[in-house]
Amino acid sequence: MIEISNISKRYGETVVVDDVTLTLPAGGVTAIIGPNGAGKSTVLSMISRLLPMSAGRVLVDGIDVLKGDSKELARRLAILRQDNHLPMRLTVRDLVAFGRYPHSGGRPTVDDALHVERALGYLSLEPLADRFLDQLSGGQRQRAFVAMVLCQDTDYVLLDEPLNNLDMRHAVDMMKLLRRAAIELGKTVILVLHDINFASCYADRIVAMRDGKVAYHGTPLELIQPAVLHDLYQLDIRVREIDGQRICVYY
Amino acid sequence: MALDLKAVSPKTRLALLGTAALAVVACFMLIGAGGNWNFVLPFRGAKLAAMVLVAYAIAVSSVLFQSITHNRILTPSIMGFDALYLLIQAVIVFSLGIDPLLDTGNPNLRFAFEVIMMTGFACLLFKALFNGAAHSLHLMLLAGIVFGLLFRSLSSFVMRLIDPNEFMVLQDRMFASFNAIQTGLLWVSAIAIGLASVVAWRLRHQYDVLSLGREIAVNLGIDYRRTVMLTLALIAVMVSVSTALVGPVTFFGLLVSNLAYVTAGSDKHKYLLPMAVLWGVVFLVGGQVLLERVLELNATVSVVIEFVGGILFLFLITRKKH
Repeated sequence: MIEISNISKRYGETVVVDDVTLTLPAGGVTAIIGPNGAGKSTVLSMISRLLPMSAGRVLVDGIDVLKGDSKELARRLAILRQDNHLPMRLTVRDLVAFGRYPHSGGRPTVDDALHVERALGYLSLEPLADRFLDQLSGGQRQRAFVAMVLCQDTDYVLLDEPLNNLDMRHAVDMMKLLRRAAIELGKTVILVLHDINFASCYADRIVAMRDGKVAYHGTPLELIQPAVLHDLYQLDIRVREIDGQRICVYY
Repeated sequence: MALDLKAVSPKTRLALLGTAALAVVACFMLIGAGGNWNFVLPFRGAKLAAMVLVAYAIAVSSVLFQSITHNRILTPSIMGFDALYLLIQAVIVFSLGIDPLLDTGNPNLRFAFEVIMMTGFACLLFKALFNGAAHSLHLMLLAGIVFGLLFRSLSSFVMRLIDPNEFMVLQDRMFASFNAIQTGLLWVSAIAIGLASVVAWRLRHQYDVLSLGREIAVNLGIDYRRTVMLTLALIAVMVSVSTALVGPVTFFGLLVSNLAYVTAGSDKHKYLLPMAVLWGVVFLVGGQVLLERVLELNATVSVVIEFVGGILFLFLITRKKH
């Protein structure tokens, strides 16, 4: 369980995240949606200790993310930000293998190698495993980073716009994979999504943010409603039920 | 042939370069010795020890610095670390006078004091640069160059206030010279570097992760702030040692670290660090042999190394633009 109590982030006078309190239960897929600048990524960064908060605190399974042992946290929670840039040349397999560091401490065992191969398999990266990251397309690179985070084998997986750069097939594959991880392996997946239809079809819970605050919080059924979405995005969004899925039409 | 080279394992590469380094060391000790072993061996031995220590300190500090700053163009000296050391020396001479400097009674104690001062100042100064906001490589480079300039101007200002005799002594230390090595400091230097190396070696796996960038390192459970501060302290110790022994050397670290990245055949620090050290020994000792014994020139090896390193720096800067 992730308990977020009264967290805020201020840069000088600008308030980016304003007194957010939220409890995310373990298990399932939680999507964070909202317009640009709503503070979604900032909240994700604060939960994952990448960014210190101006106020408030976050507990992951009772561990304060800023005060707790970082190595212990790395075995429970993994984060992938958007725009990952590496200062060095690495092959896909080497990158994914780094995901085992919290467990292996730099001395990988046979078990760690198995985890790496499994993670490569999850994201269909086997044919690319020995290619260098700078030889890959943006979408392939994105999958390699997600594989690293999954290889970390943590209970909580936080992803900031994991569908960035992915084509439709890979975006759907990615969401199915994350759902499978949540259902079969009991992982808690929390991700920032821009495409609200993906949130509608794949999430168990949706957190909707606007102006640094949590505006709505509930199931897709509760949140994928024309009134709610209009309030959130200031856009007329029609919701249609197609093959049992609630699809937003706003083009 | 190119394919065969790529297949050579990192361990074999280390062994090959290690053999080359040993050969260079043997040349340095033996060529032109003329049979006066009682004189030649201790004399050359001390000089060799100092050169190896300097090569070691510069190579390790450069690789570590590049790993914590996540780029391969910066070195502690480009960022003004050694200029800071000289400034501290100048201020000490100015405020305490020459006597503590020349007082052969306890140069080791003075050296220890300087290293502690240097470490403290360096940590304070560079803490701000690495704690978050300054991610841009160009900003860091500029800040470092400006800091270096500032320290150099400040120390030349302080030196103008110093008594001319004291200035003479100090000036000797402002230029890198492998011919006038401060051999008196060898033991204390070796101990300082040894201790720093033990700490750095224990952190070697963390450096592998750190070089992926701050966010990934934090995600993988590295205590980023603590590790970076500790490493800055280690670097300060190493730079103090090399600057105290031979004076400031700007581009040498850049040369050996980048050679190590290209030739180590691995990105793991357990290979990169020894590889850089071996390159340092080959260049420094080999350069000395070549200039002094083979070409019988009086030119200092530092000039040649700085020239080669400087060209490499320009090459790396222009290549990174793409």
